[in-house]
Amino acid sequence: MSPGAAASGRDTLMKVIVCLRPVPDPASRLFVNEDRTWIKDAELSFVTNEADTHACEAALELCERVSASRSEAGEVVVLSIGRDRAARVLREGLAMGAARAIHLADDDFEGGDEYVRARMIARAVEKDGGADVLLTGVQSDDLGGGVTGVMAAELLGWAHASVVVGVNAVEAGLRARRELEGGLIETLELATPCVLTIQLGINQPRYATLRGIMAAKKKEMKTWSRGDLGMAAGDVGSEGALCQVTEVRVPERDHRVQMLSGSPAEAAARLVEKLRLEAKVI
Amino acid sequence: MPSHRGIDFYHIEELLTDEERLVRDTVRRFVRDRVLPTIDDHFEAGTFPADLVPEMAELGLLGANLPERYGCAGMNNVAYGLIMQELEAGDSGLRSFASVQGALVMHPIFAYGSEEQKQRWIPRLARGEAIGCFGLTEPDHGSDPGGMETRARASGGAWVLNGTKRWITNGSIADIAIVWARDDSGDVQGFIVERGMPGFTASDIRKKLSLRASVTSDLILDDVEVPESNRLPEGRGLRSPLGCLDQARYGIAWGGIGAAMACYDCVVDYALGRTQFGKPIASFQLVQEKLAHILTEITKGQLLAWRLGKLKDDGRLHFTQTSLAKRNNVRVGLEAARLARDLMGANGITLEYPVFRHLVNMESVYTYEGTDHMHTLILGEAITGIPAYR
Ligand SMILES: Cc1cc2nc3c(=O)[nH]c(=O)nc-3n(C[C@H](O)[C@H](O)[C@H](O)COP(=O)(O)OP(=O)(O)OC[C@H]3O[C@@H](n4cnc5c(N)ncnc54)[C@H](O)[C@@H]3O)c2cc1C
Repeated sequence: MSPGAAASGRDTLMKVIVCLRPVPDPASRLFVNEDRTWIKDAELSFVTNEADTHACEAALELCERVSASRSEAGEVVVLSIGRDRAARVLREGLAMGAARAIHLADDDFEGGDEYVRARMIARAVEKDGGADVLLTGVQSDDLGGGVTGVMAAELLGWAHASVVVGVNAVEAGLRARRELEGGLIETLELATPCVLTIQLGINQPRYATLRGIMAAKKKEMKTWSRGDLGMAAGDVGSEGALCQVTEVRVPERDHRVQMLSGSPAEAAARLVEKLRLEAKVI
Repeated sequence: MPSHRGIDFYHIEELLTDEERLVRDTVRRFVRDRVLPTIDDHFEAGTFPADLVPEMAELGLLGANLPERYGCAGMNNVAYGLIMQELEAGDSGLRSFASVQGALVMHPIFAYGSEEQKQRWIPRLARGEAIGCFGLTEPDHGSDPGGMETRARASGGAWVLNGTKRWITNGSIADIAIVWARDDSGDVQGFIVERGMPGFTASDIRKKLSLRASVTSDLILDDVEVPESNRLPEGRGLRSPLGCLDQARYGIAWGGIGAAMACYDCVVDYALGRTQFGKPIASFQLVQEKLAHILTEITKGQLLAWRLGKLKDDGRLHFTQTSLAKRNNVRVGLEAARLARDLMGANGITLEYPVFRHLVNMESVYTYEGTDHMHTLILGEAITGIPAYR
């Protein structure tokens, strides 16, 4: 039995919770809203954050491998925050093969930052009886913060590894491979329970097949409000946030072209000088 | 090639259930990942991407609106239509494959076959382990299939088939052909003709300039002996093949919009990015008029298709309503492709962009499953009570 399961007295072995964030379809044409605090998102179609679909696939594969090698059942639970959009990404997770879903939905949840969402996730994980592993995508396609999973680990008091490109269950917990700068790969062993943030491209997320979509209709989706999480109004939404967005704008493009005259050799020499002294890139 | 963005000017998305959206998103992703990267090469080479068949089967796209007890997905008709829309946004050849397999092969076995035929064939066809084709059209009988010359002669408890079928999608790659023939008493009947039956051969039609990523063949039936157990027992009369066509036309009503959406999406990007006379061509009124026209037609077509699906799910669909939508939405696809081609100038004629491929594909779609004229005459008869076919 996995340490997490033993500690919590659960009988499912290897329970993985995956956080799925609905983000505007990356193919959308984006326009900044009137008060310049966000994009006009009411009319956009929302999809599951790409790194999160990789996290979901990683969770399913991890549980499948554990079930195959130890004849212990694994359970993948998907979790999302938000209204209908979140319910839809959860349904997709269920259609991919997750066993059940937790939907955090409340009018009070509008707005907020990564810290607020990490707190809510940590609360929800505890309320659901804990887990062996919590997975998130490495970052979101819309905000790109890259911190929600790590903050949730801190709040839960769990070990964590970020930018994970490979994961396996081992006797002591999990072995994870992390991508470092400069093409280096670091291998870690983490005791469970732990949090991993999953890098893009780690796997090929499976499609939600039509059979999976039909089966998902019959799976359990719990909906928890702020009250269910036992959080005060000031802890969630924009009130609970530590950061506020003050402005969103499209960067102005600045093309300043300089033509270097002279022979190729002279021009090259001047280019090197400019790159060294003006641009300071070499 | 990026996938098209779901054009949704009228928030038709809100009319879809979560399951319907998920099905659409799955197929859209499949088309983006698996179809678009190679479809232009297949089109240029004139080859069908057969490697995608098992993947489509695995997703559940073949005969998706048939029941689960035969190994199908048991989807409603709106979800089925969305599958056709997304496949056609990829390429009409792939949609044609799926239409023939589902609506023209699995459907007639389901609707007119014996329980044994259903058990034997539908699950295999759903898994893509068997491919089917549908033989109605003949060299001398297209719009008027009632004139068919293919004969089925009863002979000692079996049937002997003779004749030629032309323009048969999937013909040479098919394991079974649903062949329609007249029996000795003059009734049209359907037969499951299996690959390898002596006297049954298929040869491909070459030099096509449309639907190049789809197989189109002649079927030759030369004294082919077919056992009685391969006759579709419930399918007597021309009504039966026409009933199959009604299923396929339903899917095409969605498909035409898929092709239009792909063209529109491509041309909007192009018009915003292409500069002439110091400005993006998208800033000229003549260009905007064409974009506005395509968007308007797509939006109308989406509403037609959605409503058609609802009527079909309610069991209230009349074939004249399918005719209206097939006729309209294929026109929308064809016109969108033509206008997009225009706005893209010389680039519009290459395979670097999807519009010319859609344009030439839509020329076939305009003709098959009842020509534009035939659907006009069906509506004419519905309006006036006067048939004007002959
Ligand atoms: C790529 C492709 C794939 C196909 N796949 C299949 C398949 O899988 N199975 C199958 O059985 N068939 C298939 N077809 C055949 C298709 O259904 C026929 O081409 C179609 O029914 C038209 O027949 P036709 O080509 O003989 O044209 P015709 O019937 O000769 O028509 C030629 C023109 O005359 C017009 N016309 C004919 N009669 C009238 C009238 N009474 N009033 C006004 N106008 C009229 C037509 O509208 C058209 O404009 C396929 C065709 C193509 C191009």
